[in-house]
Amino acid sequence: MKRATPWLFLAPYLLLFSAFVAAPVLYGLWMSLHNWDQFLPEKPFIGLENYANLFTPGSAKAGPFWDAMLATGIFTLFSVPLLVVLPLGVALLLNRRFKGRAVFRAIYFAPYVLGVVVVSMVFRFVLDPNIGALNHLLGTTTPWTTALPWAWVSLIGMTVWWTLGFNAVIYLAGLQDIDRSLYDAAAVDGAGRWQQFWNVTLPSLRPVTVFVVTVTILASANLFGQSYLMTQGAPEERTRSAIMFIAEEGFQDFNLGSAAAMSYVLAMFLMALSAGVFFFFRKRGAA
Amino acid sequence: MRETRREFLAAAAGAALVLAGCGGSSRSDGAQVTLDFWNGFTGGDGPQMLALVQAVEKEHPEIRVRMVTARWEDFYTKLPAAVASGEGPDVALMHVDQIPTNAAHRTIMPLDDLVRDLDLQEDDFAAPVWRAGAVDGRRYGVPLDMHPIGLYANQQVLSEAGLDPESLPTTRDEYESALEELKGKGVQGHWVTPFFFTGGHQFMSLLWQFGGDLTDPEATRATWNSDAGVEALEWMRSLIAKGYSPRNVGQDADSIAFKNGQNAFIWNGAWAIGDYGSTEGLEWTLAPLPKIGSVAAAWSNSHNFTVMRQPTPDPQRLEAVKVLIDGVTRSPAWAEAGQIPARRSARESEAFRKLEAQSALARQVPDLRFAAAAPGLSDVRESTLDIAVAQAINGSRPVREALDDSARRANELLALNREKYGT
Repeated sequence: MKRATPWLFLAPYLLLFSAFVAAPVLYGLWMSLHNWDQFLPEKPFIGLENYANLFTPGSAKAGPFWDAMLATGIFTLFSVPLLVVLPLGVALLLNRRFKGRAVFRAIYFAPYVLGVVVVSMVFRFVLDPNIGALNHLLGTTTPWTTALPWAWVSLIGMTVWWTLGFNAVIYLAGLQDIDRSLYDAAAVDGAGRWQQFWNVTLPSLRPVTVFVVTVTILASANLFGQSYLMTQGAPEERTRSAIMFIAEEGFQDFNLGSAAAMSYVLAMFLMALSAGVFFFFRKRGAA
Repeated sequence: MRETRREFLAAAAGAALVLAGCGGSSRSDGAQVTLDFWNGFTGGDGPQMLALVQAVEKEHPEIRVRMVTARWEDFYTKLPAAVASGEGPDVALMHVDQIPTNAAHRTIMPLDDLVRDLDLQEDDFAAPVWRAGAVDGRRYGVPLDMHPIGLYANQQVLSEAGLDPESLPTTRDEYESALEELKGKGVQGHWVTPFFFTGGHQFMSLLWQFGGDLTDPEATRATWNSDAGVEALEWMRSLIAKGYSPRNVGQDADSIAFKNGQNAFIWNGAWAIGDYGSTEGLEWTLAPLPKIGSVAAAWSNSHNFTVMRQPTPDPQRLEAVKVLIDGVTRSPAWAEAGQIPARRSARESEAFRKLEAQSALARQVPDLRFAAAAPGLSDVRESTLDIAVAQAINGSRPVREALDDSARRANELLALNREKYGT
């Protein structure tokens, strides 16, 4: 009985975890070893061929896959720093006492409640190079959605505008959690505003920051809706993200085995990246 | 397996004869059949299809139809899944270029017996569209319509530029001089987009016009990197180089600009008839594509009736399916949704002739081209040729290099598909 108790406590979650996480993960691994078309009776076992295709330079699968990985990488590289730093600034401002604070908090958070479809469609027409409102107002012909690097500027800018509020709210909660007495003690020791921020605010926010960084990296690496709807991968599929390509491979071209292999490669990258984030922040904490 | 299916279809054919004898209105058993009918008409064409279906229901009270629509993108992933799990519809409409993949997946069944019972032949339709619905000599689709691209012209823009809005250019010289004329009046007449809508459709039409083809007839090898392909893309690029088109045109921007009177011409599909027709204050006309290359040709696609495989085939339902397909394809009313009826009798009807835009498009029926039938071919094209067209139009890669590279990758993917589908 005693031995069963922990398992009984674990059971509800364990059941869901096995059914909806562990089992699909293993099933996906099994699929990735086959030429798996979900609607063909024969699903021949091909060993590691799906993986080998991805690592054969110049092959028809490797080229577009790594292009898509690169697109996701570029997006993540530029959007994550912005989405970690800017919301912190916004949160610091919104944490001060001033008239209409609640209104501003609502305004910054507002875009986040919009769906990706709404945001992307609105930006697509605002940013259209030839018939868009922005170029009309500026009197320019900048190809915001149809050429590089502008398409990235648009995608990252839109995503920052859209999701900044979410990270800001998390930071704001973190800021409100910091013990006031720490600031008082720092002030008594003669610390200025900047020193207080550097020595009290930032270290106190570390757990919140780890969360924000990790969640933002994963969200950025899952880039799909924005480029699917606003740029449609243009120009020339160069803003086609890894997830977009995997979805096409699996559900449009009916190559689920190959798509599963791609998902595993992407997952490996994300796991390594997340581990790196934890390692980075832990080391700083110990120092 | 094959034998039992033949037997069952023979039985169904027998039932058809009995039914025909009854005259259709009153049946001795009075049994009702409710058919599930799927399609992707989520726009204004949905209600029009429903009206056609209701007309068939009215004529055949023993048949009831439940029509379900899903966006085409979703439709093509949902349909095979539903059929594989035994939850598929009885009958569905799909694009003719999707038929080979669905036939390979055994989602749809051969209709050779069905068309024999209905006595449908190539001559009852248009040859190109009829041939497109067969895979390896077996028929899988009964064509409902054709939706090619054509030349739309904004008449107001043409008049303002001093061009005759009633006689549209039909040759390369006429077209280019009209564009030059428009340019002189400050109008970029023909916007070239790097997207499949409309750039991809234009490229394929031009490829055929210059005497090329997408693939060899068996669809084992991509041939769009021929001289014809290079000429076609070079011509599209020349429109940008000569200033007849802006650079970096976004998706749908060419069509919106057409409605706004910012350009004069657009090579767009039949599906735009409804959109332009309902645009306030837009005066437009429609004509066959001008002949830029050496032969007249225009890209087209077609909605085809297909019949789903069932875990336990039901001859009575199949009989009702037959009635539905025959009734809907006969009707010229579908043309009002901006389509050219595939069936000759509907196309030659008085009702169809009254539809000016559709009739203008129908003039190019003998010149319409459809892609070869091979499973997965349209997906291969999408991930290779469509990108090459975009690269060339954006000027990020030389035309021949882009086409050669895409053809090489397409050949590799086609070989993988042959291995997978065992064709």
